[in-house]
Amino acid sequence: MTTAISGIELANQIKASFAEAVLEGDERAVILRSEYLTQVASFLKTTPGLEFDYLSHVTAVDYLDYFEVIYHITSLAHNHSAVIKVKTPDRDNPEVPSVASVWCGANLQEREVYDLMGVTFLEHPNLKRVLLWEGFPGHPLRKDFLTLEGKSPWQTIEPLEEGHHVL
Amino acid sequence: MEIEKAAALSTAEIHHHEGELINSLIERSRQPFSDDIDWLERELRRNILVTSVDKVLNWGRRSSVWPVSFGLACCAIEMISTAVSRFDIARFGMELFRASPRQADLMIVSGTVTWKMAPIVRRVYDQMPEPKWVLAMGVCAIRGGPFTDSYSVVPGVNRILPVDVYVPGCPPRPEALLYGLMKLQEKIDKESIVVRG
Repeated sequence: MTTAISGIELANQIKASFAEAVLEGDERAVILRSEYLTQVASFLKTTPGLEFDYLSHVTAVDYLDYFEVIYHITSLAHNHSAVIKVKTPDRDNPEVPSVASVWCGANLQEREVYDLMGVTFLEHPNLKRVLLWEGFPGHPLRKDFLTLEGKSPWQTIEPLEEGHHVL
Repeated sequence: MEIEKAAALSTAEIHHHEGELINSLIERSRQPFSDDIDWLERELRRNILVTSVDKVLNWGRRSSVWPVSFGLACCAIEMISTAVSRFDIARFGMELFRASPRQADLMIVSGTVTWKMAPIVRRVYDQMPEPKWVLAMGVCAIRGGPFTDSYSVVPGVNRILPVDVYVPGCPPRPEALLYGLMKLQEKIDKESIVVRG
C-alpha cells in the first residue's frame, strides 16, 4: 500500500531548500506560498528520496474568501504519496502558477479546475474550458453560482405552472 | 468542398462554433416543442377517399419502424435488452437498429441529454429522413430527471426536438419500452397522407 508522508516531515525537507516557501505544515498536507509552487514542484519531483513523479489529482475548494488548490502527488518508485496545497490571494483574482511544466498530467486537470471553479493557472499552455462549452456563463462549482441572476441555462427556461408536477 | 472547409477550421474555431451552437439551442429552448396530443381523434378528420391508401401505407410504416443505433446513458442498456431475444423487439419489425440515421425512422432518446450533447442529438434527428418519430425514454429524456435543475442537462428532450411518445421510468423496463413502441404503432396507424403529424 502507498504510504502517506506526513506534511510536517515534508515541510521540513522543503524548508531546508526553500526557507520562505512553506506557509504551514500539518499532519495531512503542506500549504505553500503560491509564488514558490513551480520551484517546489520540481524540487519534489527531482530530489532523491522523494521523487514525486506522478501527479494523481488536482482539485480546488471554494472557501468563500479564497480558493485552495490541492495537489495529490505520488512517487511510483518509492510508493509514497503526499498532499500539497496552495491558497489564492483572494476570491476576485484567483491566480495560481501552473505546474503543467513539471507534471504533464496537470495540463488537463488544471483546465478542469479552471472550467468548473474559475481558478486561473498562470503560464498554462492551453487554458480553456474542457467540460463545458465556450460561452458558458460563470463557473458552476463555485458556491455563488446559483445566485448569479439569469446567468444559468436553466433559469432561461419557463417555470412550471403552479401545482403542476411533471415527475 | 464542404469536407475540406471543415478540415481547414482550427481547434479554436471549432470550439467557438460549438459554443455558439449550444448557446443558440439554449436560447431556442425557452419554449418546448408542443406535444401532438390530438392524434387519438385524428381518425375523424380522415379523407374518406384515401383511407385504403392510408391503410396500406401505415401498415407498411408501422411494421418496419427502424430505430437508429443511439444510446446516451443507462436507459440504453434497457433498450439493448429490449432488442435481444428475451424481449425480442423483432416481433414488431424493429430489430434493425440502423448505424446510420439516414436509414432510420425512429429515434429512441435513451438517457440524459446534456447541453454539450444536444447539438449532436439534434443533428442525428435532422439527418433522419421523413417520416420520422421520436421516443423519449426515461425521466431524464422526458424532463431532465433528477438533473432537471443542473447547469449541464437539457430539461427534457422536447426542448430541442419534437417528441411523439414518452416512456417514463428510471430506467423503464423493456416491457414499458415495448408498450411505448406499441403506442407509437397505434399513432402511426392514425396518420394519413393528407394530414400528417
